[in-house]
Amino acid sequence: MTTVSSNEPKRLHPHKFTLWVAMGSICMMFAGLTSAYIVKRNQANWLEFALPKSFYYSTAAIMLSSATMYIALKAFKARERSRYKNFIALTAVLGVLFGVLQTLGFNELTSQGIKLLGFGSNAAASFLVPIIGLHMLHVAGGIIALLVTLFRAFGRKIKSYNTTPIEIVATYWHFVDLLWIYLFIFLAWIK
Amino acid sequence: MSNEAVLHAPTTTITHHHDAHADHGHEHHHHETFITKYVFSQDHKMIAKQFLITGMVWAVLGGLMSVLFRLQLGYPDAKFPWLQDLLGKFWVEDGKITAQAYYALVTTHGTVLVFFVLTAGLSGTFANFLIPLQIGARDMASPFMNMLSYWFFFAASCVMLSSLFVETGPFSGGWTAYPPLSALGQASPGSKTGMDLWLIAMALFVVSSLLGGLNYIATVLNMRTKGMSMTRMPLTIWALFFTAVLGVLSFPVLFSGFILLIFDRNFGTSFYLSDLYVNGVTLPNEGGSAILFQHLFWFLGHPEVYIILLPAMGMVSEILSTNARKPIFGYIAMIGSLFAIAILAFLVWAHHMFVTGLNPFLGSIFVLLTLLIAVPSAIKVFNWLTTLWRGNIRFTPGMLFAIGFVSLFISGGLTGIWLGNSALDIHLHDTYFVIAHFHIVMGVASMFGMFAGVYHWYPKMYGRYLNNTLAYTHFWITLIGAYLIFWPMHYQGLAGMPRRYYDYSIWESFKQFAELNRFISTVAMVVFATQLLFLFNFFYSIFKGRKVTNQNPWGSTTLEWTAPIRPGHGNWPGEIPEVHRWAYDYGKDGRDFVPQTEPVGANESHH
Ligand code: HEM
Ligand SMILES: [Cu+2]
Repeated sequence: MTTVSSNEPKRLHPHKFTLWVAMGSICMMFAGLTSAYIVKRNQANWLEFALPKSFYYSTAAIMLSSATMYIALKAFKARERSRYKNFIALTAVLGVLFGVLQTLGFNELTSQGIKLLGFGSNAAASFLVPIIGLHMLHVAGGIIALLVTLFRAFGRKIKSYNTTPIEIVATYWHFVDLLWIYLFIFLAWIK
Repeated sequence: MSNEAVLHAPTTTITHHHDAHADHGHEHHHHETFITKYVFSQDHKMIAKQFLITGMVWAVLGGLMSVLFRLQLGYPDAKFPWLQDLLGKFWVEDGKITAQAYYALVTTHGTVLVFFVLTAGLSGTFANFLIPLQIGARDMASPFMNMLSYWFFFAASCVMLSSLFVETGPFSGGWTAYPPLSALGQASPGSKTGMDLWLIAMALFVVSSLLGGLNYIATVLNMRTKGMSMTRMPLTIWALFFTAVLGVLSFPVLFSGFILLIFDRNFGTSFYLSDLYVNGVTLPNEGGSAILFQHLFWFLGHPEVYIILLPAMGMVSEILSTNARKPIFGYIAMIGSLFAIAILAFLVWAHHMFVTGLNPFLGSIFVLLTLLIAVPSAIKVFNWLTTLWRGNIRFTPGMLFAIGFVSLFISGGLTGIWLGNSALDIHLHDTYFVIAHFHIVMGVASMFGMFAGVYHWYPKMYGRYLNNTLAYTHFWITLIGAYLIFWPMHYQGLAGMPRRYYDYSIWESFKQFAELNRFISTVAMVVFATQLLFLFNFFYSIFKGRKVTNQNPWGSTTLEWTAPIRPGHGNWPGEIPEVHRWAYDYGKDGRDFVPQTEPVGANESHH
């Protein structure tokens, strides 16, 4: 039994690298949307309104979920399996909570009489739907990835100590968290 | 650590022996069925062929569309009852191509050629085929994602194809899909179901491009064989790498533009719509801006033209050097100019919008940035010409197409400089001058790059040669024909003839062009027919072509020619070769060529 000997510096796993490029690509999509928002805002007929309370709560939820993800990864590396499973599950639950709160936020806006879609809607409000909606889709992708890792952790007979898959999921999760924080600050600031 | 060790080894412990250059991915040959080998294949070489052949199908369809609309332009008074029997009433009525069909044909021709043929067909084919073979990898970083990339493209193709058969016809508002034509179903028949299908197809296409691009970038940066430093890579790989970077950064922006368009179409929002009056009805949309879409579209659109061109540039550099038996002139300058082009490609999009009411001051900045592209472009042309200069040239069909590419790039690049001046563009915008410009510099030139690539790498793809006589006929008729078709369009454009009109014969100013239009249309048909020679040659030679017996038929230095004539999945049966030098040691120290795998000798001269 030998370990890999190599004089080359340790390089990034290709799948991790691919994830980083993909995150760059996702950033470009949101950069496109937010710059469209700015262009549109500088034109006539722009409605100003405050972001709903729920978005503040959802921000707290997703930030918390990043913390639980961090703990889960640590637990995995320390081979504390049950702690790892619990925190992965908790992260997924917080992710779902985030989605629920975002939806509540939309409802809040509608009940304030701000029309998001349909005729008579103002682009300032409409923009929230594609921007936040696309972000929620990315979070949903993250939740699915979390569930897959969770089922693997329960289902496996042979224990795997390969950290790469879970590291990839964790990186992505922190990314959607950061992305939301950017969007939240952007939307709260630039009205 | 070798790539396979990185990919397959658990990071904490390794349970079996792995030497530093472990490569046994090829040894456990899985049982391959017809389905896994030819359909859901994860072998990059098979995926490349799938992209190529799907691209060829689209090229034929897209080419046929252009023949049809050229028929209308060249013979506006003629009647073709037989076409009506063939295509039906939507397309041809009273023996005449209908206006609606004409716009649908122009739009679909543009979309299909730009995205399906020259993006998927070109990058998809050659990035897949050449990246692993030329950098010394067994496959892509993620063969599975690679397979998905093809199947998303296939799905996009099916949806786009289906739009030809719906009752209201395919989308007909131009390949750029500007709103309001693209946003309002009531604006034209093609804006109804046809546009829905167009959007679905393009969304699938964007996903396909992203999956492919991510993989190409990860593969180039992570999977190179031992000794293959970045500055030893062939220029093909550099070009394909920058192409992928452009795609990964610009397609998402197009996607966001499409998302907003979908909201305007289906959910009653007003991102792009304002103050509209359609068929006697005033629309309630207020406050939107159609120009916003143009910004989002061209932020992709301009990089997209380079996504189409760069792979051709890379292959041409490689083929010119190989067949001139000389090192490429200015290797580092070639990389530098690719890099400059990639950066500038993101900073010039507004030159498509000079006449949209853009602030003239902003316009002048975009003029400057646009004209700056001429600098790296000129460096490339200079280096290609100096590579040819006093070379020991072998005029293989691949080489001829590569030289043809250089000629076309010069001709089309020069007219770009005209258009890049916002003052001149006021006159030239949306005329046939623009059509001439981009067909020569992008359409035909990249097509030539693609042909050059196919002729050059065909022996590696299929282990057989193409027929040379057919190839030479194909080349000369296509080159001369392309110039005859597009050169006169400059004059039409300078005379103010607008693009995208159905019938010019009713305009007093353009009646003078009736004969010229007929001439162009006739040549277009001849050139189209000539492509059938190529198709025949391609498919016939797969089965009946002369067999390749020499592992390195062109005397090339690069790694793909060290693999077996018909490489299996995994490319090299033994170890992956190690690289010791750059890819352009031709005519060095009295030797015809020195392969990249040969260690540098003790008293070898420096290049
Ligand atoms: C010296 C370099 C170039 C310059 C300065 C330049 C400039 C321009 C300008 C200003 C336009 C807009 C014309 C108008 O609509 O009024 C244009 C159109 C276009 N160019 Fe270029 N160009 C250059 C090279 C290229 C290259 C290398 C490609 C492709 C590989 C390309 C592809 C296109 C396309 C596709 C369009 C038209 C798109 C459309 O309206 O449908 N150009 N070019
Ligand atoms: Cu451009």
